[in-house]
This record gives sequence, C-alpha cells and structure tokens, in this order.
Amino acid sequence: MSTLTATGTRSAGAPDAAPAPALRARHRRNRLRVLLFLAPGLVGFAVFLVYPLVMTVWLSFTNSNMISPAQFVGLRNYRFMLDSDPQIWQAVRNTGWLVVIMVPAQVLFALGVAMVTARLKAGAGLFRTLFYLPALAPPVAATVAFVCMFNPSSGPVNQLLGLVGIHGPLWFDSPSWSKPALTLLALWGSGTVMVIFLAALLDVPAEQYEAAELDGANPWQRFRYVTLPAISPVVLFATVTGVIAGLQYFTQAMVAAQVANGNIQAAPGYPNGSTMTFPEELYTSGFNQFHAGYACALAVVLFLVSMAFTLVLLRRASGFNPQETQETPL
Amino acid sequence: MPGSQHRRGFHTARARRRSCAVALAAATALVASACSTGGGTSGPDTGAGDTSPVTITFWHGFSSPHEIASVGAVLALFHKKYPYITVKAVPAETDDKVNQAIRGGTAPDVDASFNAANVGGWCSSGAFLDLTADIQADHVDLGQIPKAVQSYTAFGGKRCTMPWLADTFGLYYNKKLFAAAGITAPPKTMSELAADARKLTVLNPDGSIKVAGFMPYLGAYEMLTEHLVTSWGGSWLKADGSSNVGTDPAFAAAMTWQKSLVDWFGAAKLAKFKAGMPDEFSAQNSFETGNLAMMVDGEWRTAFIKNDKSTVDYGTAPMPVADTMPQLYGSGYVGGNVIGIPRGSKHPDAAWKLVKFLTTDTEAVTTLADAIGNVPTTLPALDSPSLTLAQDPKFATFLDVFKNPHTSTTPASADGGAYLTNYGLFANKWQSGQIPDLQAGLKAVDRQNDAALKLGQ
Repeated sequence: MSTLTATGTRSAGAPDAAPAPALRARHRRNRLRVLLFLAPGLVGFAVFLVYPLVMTVWLSFTNSNMISPAQFVGLRNYRFMLDSDPQIWQAVRNTGWLVVIMVPAQVLFALGVAMVTARLKAGAGLFRTLFYLPALAPPVAATVAFVCMFNPSSGPVNQLLGLVGIHGPLWFDSPSWSKPALTLLALWGSGTVMVIFLAALLDVPAEQYEAAELDGANPWQRFRYVTLPAISPVVLFATVTGVIAGLQYFTQAMVAAQVANGNIQAAPGYPNGSTMTFPEELYTSGFNQFHAGYACALAVVLFLVSMAFTLVLLRRASGFNPQETQETPL
Repeated sequence: MPGSQHRRGFHTARARRRSCAVALAAATALVASACSTGGGTSGPDTGAGDTSPVTITFWHGFSSPHEIASVGAVLALFHKKYPYITVKAVPAETDDKVNQAIRGGTAPDVDASFNAANVGGWCSSGAFLDLTADIQADHVDLGQIPKAVQSYTAFGGKRCTMPWLADTFGLYYNKKLFAAAGITAPPKTMSELAADARKLTVLNPDGSIKVAGFMPYLGAYEMLTEHLVTSWGGSWLKADGSSNVGTDPAFAAAMTWQKSLVDWFGAAKLAKFKAGMPDEFSAQNSFETGNLAMMVDGEWRTAFIKNDKSTVDYGTAPMPVADTMPQLYGSGYVGGNVIGIPRGSKHPDAAWKLVKFLTTDTEAVTTLADAIGNVPTTLPALDSPSLTLAQDPKFATFLDVFKNPHTSTTPASADGGAYLTNYGLFANKWQSGQIPDLQAGLKAVDRQNDAALKLGQ
C-alpha cells in the first residue's frame, strides 16, 4: 500500500511515476536473481565466445606467434592475404568448390535417401540404420578407410571398376579427382542429415498427399507443392549448417592428403594443393609457420564470410517458406 | 553476524562495484592463467648440487619398437649416472603437438624433433630456451660438433637446441636387380642414374609399373627436393636470409632433370605406383620388397632392413651428382635430429642434464647411434672405437657423407621452414606439368618465400 500512497503524491502530469524505494528494492532483487541464474551462461558466453572473438580480431592486427609478445602491425596481415599468400586463392577456390558442389550434393543425396527409406514397406528400420551407421564413424578413421578403399593401385574400388571394364581414376592421388572423392566421402557419411529429413518427411500429413492425388497432381507436383513446402525449414537448416561446415571443412581434407601422400611432413593439400582448404591454410599458417596473427586474420575473414552466407540464406529462405509468411509477428 | 552484514552490504552500490571488481579480477586471473604459457621455472628442481628426486618428461618422435627400446636403453644409462632423475619418455610425438603444448603451458621438460627446419621458429619466438648460459656454465665444448651441424641447431645467435644424432642421405641400390640388368656399379652422375633407372624398370602387361628403377616422383618416401638439389650444390637462402631458388641455377637444373625422368615414366603411372607403395617405415617398404631398385634414403634404412629381416641384397653409395659438378661426389644432404628444452619446462636444470648427456656423452651418443643406426654428431663419438657402425661398409657410406665438406643442409628460418612448404607445393605442380615457365615459377616462389619471411617480423 505504501507504494500506492507514494505514487499518488506525484504530480498528475508525470508520465512515469518513480516507484517507491521498497518496490525499487524488490525490482533490484529480482534483477539480481535473474542475473544470478543467467550468470553461468553469461560467463560461458563471455569467456568462450566474446573473449576469443575479440582477441582474434585484435591478434589479426599483430605479428603474434602465440609465444612471444605480439606487436601491432596494422593491416599487414590482410595485405599479405590479398597480395602475397601463395596458397590463399587456391584454398579459397577449393573451399568454394566444396560449398558449391559438395554441400548441395550432400543435401540432395540425404533427401533422396530419406525419401526412399520413408516409403519402404519392409525392412525400413534395417535400411535406415544402414544408411545412418557411417555417420557414427569417427572422421579420421572413416577418411583413412576411404583413402585405402579408393587407392588406385591396391584399393577394392578400382579393382571392382576394372572387373566391369572401367579404368578407375587416381582418386585421392589426382588433383582432378581428389575433391570429388572427398564428396563421395561426405555423401557416405550424410546419415545425420538423412535422419533429420526422414523425421520431417514422416511429419508431412498424409491427407495433403491424398488431396493432391485427388486433384491429379503427379509425383513431381506432389513433391514440389506438398513435400517441399512442408520440409522447407529442414532444408534450410541442412543447407545453412552444411554451408558453415563446408566453409570449415578441415579434418577429412587434411587426413586424406596425408594418408594418400604417405608422408605427414610433406607439403599440405596433396595432390598439388587440390585439397588445401581455407581452414587448412589457416592451420598451417598459425601452427606450423608461427604466423598466428595472420591465422587470426584468416579466421576473421572466415567468420565474416560464414555470417554473410548465413544471412543471405536466411533472407532468401524467408521468401519461399509459406508457413513463415502466414505467421503473425508477436 | 558476518553473514548478515555481508548480505546487507551486497545491496549497496559500493559493494556491488566491489563485487564486480572482484569478479572481474577473478575472471581476468582465470583468463590470464588459461592463456599463460608458463615461461618460468616452477616446483622442485635439481640445481647443480641438488640431488632431490625429480621426474622429467621427455617427448621424442621415434616410433618403431626397436627405436623406442634403444632410446630406453640410453635413458637407463642416464638414470645410472643421475639416479635421482627419472625420465618419463613419450614416443611418437610430433612438432605440431609440442608447439601446441608450449602455447598451452603443458610442454614437456625436454623435446626432441626430427625436423630441424623448426629450429628458426623456436629460437626466434622463444619457444625453446636458449641453452647458451648452461653451455657456458658447464664448459661444454661446442668444437666437438661439426660446423654444419652447429649451424642448423641455432638461429639468430640463440642456441636453443643441440644436435641429437644426424641423418645423412645417400643412394640405396638392389645388387640382384643391378646384376640382372648388367649394371656393375652404382651411378655417380645424374645422367647415369637416369640411364640405370630406365634399364631397371619393369612394366606389367597392362603398362603399369612393376619395378621402378628409381622413383623420381617428389613426395615418394625420401625423394624430396631438399635431398635432390644437393646433387647440384643448391643453396636455398642467400646470406641475408632471402630466398635463392630463382637465382641459383641448381634449382632449375634439378627440376629439369627430375621432370625429364618423370615424363619418361609418365606422371600418372608414377602417381599410381606411388599410391601403391606401402608405408615407408614398415617391412613392406618397396625397396625392401624389391619393387624399387634404387632410392634415396637416410642412413637409418640399414637398421630397418636388418630389423625387418628383409632379404634384399643391397649396397649403398653417395647420391650421384650433376654431370658438370663431379667435385660434389661423396657429399649429400644432412638433416639432424634436434633436442632442447621447451619454454614452460618445469625442471629446466634436470632437463639440461639430460640434453647435455644425450648430446655430448660419447657413450650415450655411440650407444644410440649403434642401436638405431643414425650418424653420431660429435667428433669424439665419430672417432670412437666403440662405434661399431663404422665397421659396416654399408653404413660407412653415410659417415663419409657426413664428413664431406660439401655436404649441406636446409637452413633454419624464423617461419619454421615455410620456404620448403612453398617450394614443395610448387614442385608438385611442376612435376604434374602445371608450370609452363620454370624460371618464372621459381622467381614467383622467391617472392612468396620473402613475403612469408617478412610476415612474422
């Protein structure tokens, strides 16, 4: 009641009457309580995201090697990136190839497999498990196994191709075939995306298909006008996460190059730099050549490109998702 | 009651600011401690006269069972001499890992590396401690180490590593295949090497390579540019540290010779043959199984052939040299294992005792050299009668290469040998036919190397 009394004493024209001290104290306690509950998350956010991000941006303007004290060098790292780095443009082209070819191929393949397994009447569980299992293989082990399978001299893939009269390529030992071989590895391991598509496909109401069939829609029209709109959020999710993963593609490229080359100390990106990705160039600069400042500059560029890709995809996607346009903003 | 006072105070603005300050200080301390690389010494240590028991960690790159056992045997000698120091040896460690450990403040007390190219980066960045003070305090005579070996273990006036045995490279040849091809002696010039390689090569009915006379494809086992250009007396860096590959004619000559032999085989055929070559450090090594008639390799192969129980009948010789440079015959490439104390070592005094023992104690050096078949790096050990390797004519080749005044190495650079990485990428493209103008390509590598070197300054 004291609050009301206190408020009533203020002039009638005051638009936001100040609360009484007791109310203010309660609000303050509430705020502190909220802050206390949020603290673990906020501390984690600050320590593991904000701090590294700020430090990365700062170090990108230094000659840091992460061992001796860093000195400010202005835009030198960024100028080196644009003018002098012998590997950077090949790394950009390789990563661009993976984003443009590998990511869509992976999304389409996972969608196709999910559609087939969603329609299976018998053995659906078995096939879904079989297609998902490769996703559980650790990336390094899977890559090593894949490179051995595709060994042009002794691998079973080329031997099988030879049985049907096909002269198999050099796969991971060929600059032209190394990225397609990595794409096959990505398709083989796309079980996680497949499962997400499968869940979305099984969620599409059967009545909509029945209605479309009654209206005379053919299979393509049913897919285009029933399935695709219903699963478009999942397609968007798979594409955005796929693009980000493509931009950060590192482990498989590095392991495949080292295993195929048979020499871990040799020049990266074997063969002929064809598997040298942007993150691999970042790693080599920062951790092999003591150019941590330059590696940070590369990381900043990678971050900005990832963010730009994501924003563009989200913006474009909002147009083709019918559910979103029907929703009323809160 | 202190508790209630504290709670009351919690609500005052002053106390809030204080709490924020304390929290900020704690967070800063937390972040600082997380980022610290622990440069100083800490914990108990054994100074000159301190015999308190201490355990030190020693990372090295040896991975074969016989190598690990040999290192263990020498560490037993060390423990016998210093019973209060226990060494925990960790095999198969890589330079990448030790670099991360130094940055993360979890470096071992002592680290040994196969890659002397990293010495420049370690010395200039302070990743490894400068041993000069310890060397002077203990009156270690660096004159017992050949000059060439001294050069790749220090950089910029800092001696941050010591040489721990060396690797020299030469030619291994299969005597049985030589006899079958009517070749009576190993080649001495690169022209002879190419001619012998053609004679010794055997193809399968489908045209693929069954036995390669010599593997000219760069990246196959030890067929690396740095091991090749010594045959032309190539010098990687100028006196001022800038790149020399576009100026020194040795590089263009070596690349031209290599490409001509690659073209004779066919790059695709060689790539396929290379892909089928089993692991270099396994008993299925292509030379040991007779699928490679000649190869460039380090002196360690003599021990591997013995330990793998390979039946290959082989001989060794210095690498052939350019036809126009016969005076270079007998020399070769020397690359050393290096050992030092990473920044953050918890027991640097005990660590120094181990480094000194392993690199300058004649018994330790000869024991390990004999056991793993490496070249000893001190003159007393080289001349020691207990060095049984010297009695093996196959190994003596590599000791002679080591002593040859023309024997050379790849110089240390502050960027961890980035010039070798750049050159390796260039060479891979060259051998695949992707470089139309060799000289222009070499000049471009010079520019890349020089720009990379300036980046870290």
